[in-house]
Amino acid sequence: MWGILRQRAVDGGFSASSLRRTRSALVSARSYAAGAKEMTVRDALNSAIDEEMSADPKVFVMGEEVGQYQGAYKITKGLLEKYGPERVYDTPITEAGFTGIGVGAAYAGLKPVVEFMTFNFSMQAIDHIINSAAKSNYMSAGQINVPIVFRGPNGAAAGVGAQHSQCYAAWYASVPGLKVLAPYSAEDARGLLKAAIRDPDPVVFLENELLYGESFPISEEALDSSFCLPIGKAKIEREGKDVTITTFSKMVGFALKAAEKLAEEGISAEVINLRSIRPLDRATINASVRKTSRLVTVEEGFPQHGVCAEICASVVEESFSYLDAPVERIAGADVPMPYAANLERLALPQVEDIVRAAKRACYRSK
Amino acid sequence: MAQHLKSSSSKSAFLNILKHKLGFVSPSHGARHLRQNLPHGPPSIGVSQNPISRLCNTMAEKLSGIGFHEDVNNQVMDFPGGRIAFTPEIQFISESNKERVPCYRVLDDNGQLITNSQFVQVSEEVAVKIYSDMVTLQIMDNIFYEAQRQGRLSFYATTIGEEAINIASAAALTPEDVIFPQYREPGVLLWRGFTLQEFANQCFGNKSDNGKGRQMPVHYGSNKLNYFTVSATIATQLPNAVGAAYSLKMDRKDACAVTFFGDGGSSEGDFHGALNFAAVMEAPVLFICRNNGWAISTPTSDQFRSDGVVVKGRAYGIRSIRVDGNDALAMYSALCEAREMAIREQRPILIEALTYRVGHHSTSDDSTRYRSADEIEWWSKARNPLSRFRTWIESNGWWRDEAESDLRCRIKKEMLEALRVAEKSEKPNLKEMFSDVYDVPPSNLREQELLVRQTIKSHPQDYPSDVPL
Repeated sequence: MWGILRQRAVDGGFSASSLRRTRSALVSARSYAAGAKEMTVRDALNSAIDEEMSADPKVFVMGEEVGQYQGAYKITKGLLEKYGPERVYDTPITEAGFTGIGVGAAYAGLKPVVEFMTFNFSMQAIDHIINSAAKSNYMSAGQINVPIVFRGPNGAAAGVGAQHSQCYAAWYASVPGLKVLAPYSAEDARGLLKAAIRDPDPVVFLENELLYGESFPISEEALDSSFCLPIGKAKIEREGKDVTITTFSKMVGFALKAAEKLAEEGISAEVINLRSIRPLDRATINASVRKTSRLVTVEEGFPQHGVCAEICASVVEESFSYLDAPVERIAGADVPMPYAANLERLALPQVEDIVRAAKRACYRSK
Repeated sequence: MAQHLKSSSSKSAFLNILKHKLGFVSPSHGARHLRQNLPHGPPSIGVSQNPISRLCNTMAEKLSGIGFHEDVNNQVMDFPGGRIAFTPEIQFISESNKERVPCYRVLDDNGQLITNSQFVQVSEEVAVKIYSDMVTLQIMDNIFYEAQRQGRLSFYATTIGEEAINIASAAALTPEDVIFPQYREPGVLLWRGFTLQEFANQCFGNKSDNGKGRQMPVHYGSNKLNYFTVSATIATQLPNAVGAAYSLKMDRKDACAVTFFGDGGSSEGDFHGALNFAAVMEAPVLFICRNNGWAISTPTSDQFRSDGVVVKGRAYGIRSIRVDGNDALAMYSALCEAREMAIREQRPILIEALTYRVGHHSTSDDSTRYRSADEIEWWSKARNPLSRFRTWIESNGWWRDEAESDLRCRIKKEMLEALRVAEKSEKPNLKEMFSDVYDVPPSNLREQELLVRQTIKSHPQDYPSDVPL
């Protein structure tokens, strides 16, 4: 229920509109063809599931409110009508139950797409994600693969407090056997979700509630039903030569905005959209750092043992001698998310934080 | 499977007669009847036997009127799920029935057929295989257990005392039925053709182990035999089984999922989630609880205060039965009937098999510290599932002393040879450390493997010599 209330508040509320402002500043920076179509992340996800269900009768959707209600965030809109209750399954409210059932269905050859109303609630089912899904192919010596997707909103939304606002990227990305994807744009959402559904391994697919309503330009190629993005490949969203900024999900937008500001001050920032947290595209990250000699890592999650920490370790191991400045890490505050809007803002990375970190790395801070 | 010899048509006819007599506890008094009489619901759909409309019951429930309309005389209320009578009394549902749910059995403790008992007739061939496999299982357990005591295996868990549940259940199923085991059902694998050598290879984790040495002993798995790799986390196999059953349902398969768990496992949240889901999804799944009295050192009196596990089915709308788990003929008959109902009616069934864990929980346990030797002795002698079934097959003229000694001698020899071969066999290759984490190994795993190989090459003295490169 919380999820539903939250979605209404957010869609009509300040978060979406503030993000629209963010995006308008970004469009010009991207290399889409003039007059390209636009698509929201929500429609991108919905169309990706729809097309994969249409292409493969083994794909089905399950979760709380995914059918009759069409999803707490309307990601499964229209699917019940099109595919019926057998393939768009409204479950009782037991995360451990339906996750275990999804994994069992995957063992037996189906391809479930399991929706969590938010990834915070996946904590009640993490035993099945780790012990039942991630380890089965290995434990069965390759006899049982688990083609399943766990998807839903992850990370901070707006004004919903600690138990609805945590980023689980680092948690799931620490587990062998899982693949962890985090889309930013509509193209990411379509290409990565289609790849996740087609993949023979279990995939944790981390969406962001605040991006659902965002529109992005989308190419004809990305609209084709055969479109698919490779798992394990990052995307250089913006090329630059002075400093590398790595991040994922909503923070890609923040990093691009920071890059705009840095450009005004003569600093050329390269922005890497990780897309895949596990496998991590270490090659692209290290190649970029070897070119720019400076690194700013950004994530919304907690700093300790985070995605930023892993990227920092990779760069120290592989490209230490190329670094001209200490690696900068911008992460969420090391506290459960506060509810009060003023504190919540302070607990999350902001564009200005990224700008200052990049300037420090370039020895340009005052 | 060749061993499954029953003629299905005659079995069905018999089961139809048996069904009304066998004493399955029906979920909620005539819930389906009530649903059909809903004044505001859709036209009666009822229990469909047409595989095309396997989800009709679910939808009928979903569509039945939300909100309620009181009867004119205010005695009943329409409420989602069916009509509810009003009562002027403050009436709490009792925490238990006056009488405990009876336990279905066919053979008495001495192996004599109980007069007027209902059971599914087994052929001589099947009966002899049931008995032979029970004996094999027991010999295998004893030899592996001793090998562990000698330090040759890291761990072992026996099935001693629960042979009838293992083998008779397997006999009542078909090879297409998918098994989600706990770790005390290796007998199902044995029945399906897993060889003693394959068991031994797994326990020693050698290169011939079809699990590539990945799992601790007893955590067997065989995709070929529809036996899912044992999960050590308690009761996670239950929701997994429901998911697999849902898959069978969607594929219109003439098969069910079957999952085993213990009395302790029924305390896990997964048990409750799985039963509720199975009922709502109308999934063809058999939940078989081996109530063996002890969850490691926890007796059932500390595990639950209900009348065992069988009564929990009704709360979820699941048909349930309590069976004497040490009576192979009763287990076989109850399972035949349960399987038939699960598939034909597309519904879950809960079976509570009463038994006793005669062995320790595992080799990490010494059960004499928390239970009396007399108790163990009584169950292993007076309620022994093997001797009971043996008496019955002997009384049919299907088994003799010579056959017994021949069988025991042959199995013991085969088992010792399997152990010897498995122990001497080479261990898995280094490459198996990195394979199967994913369907295709990602670059970081390929790099890790390369790094390990290079390091071993340059520092061979730091690495054990028993890892084939």
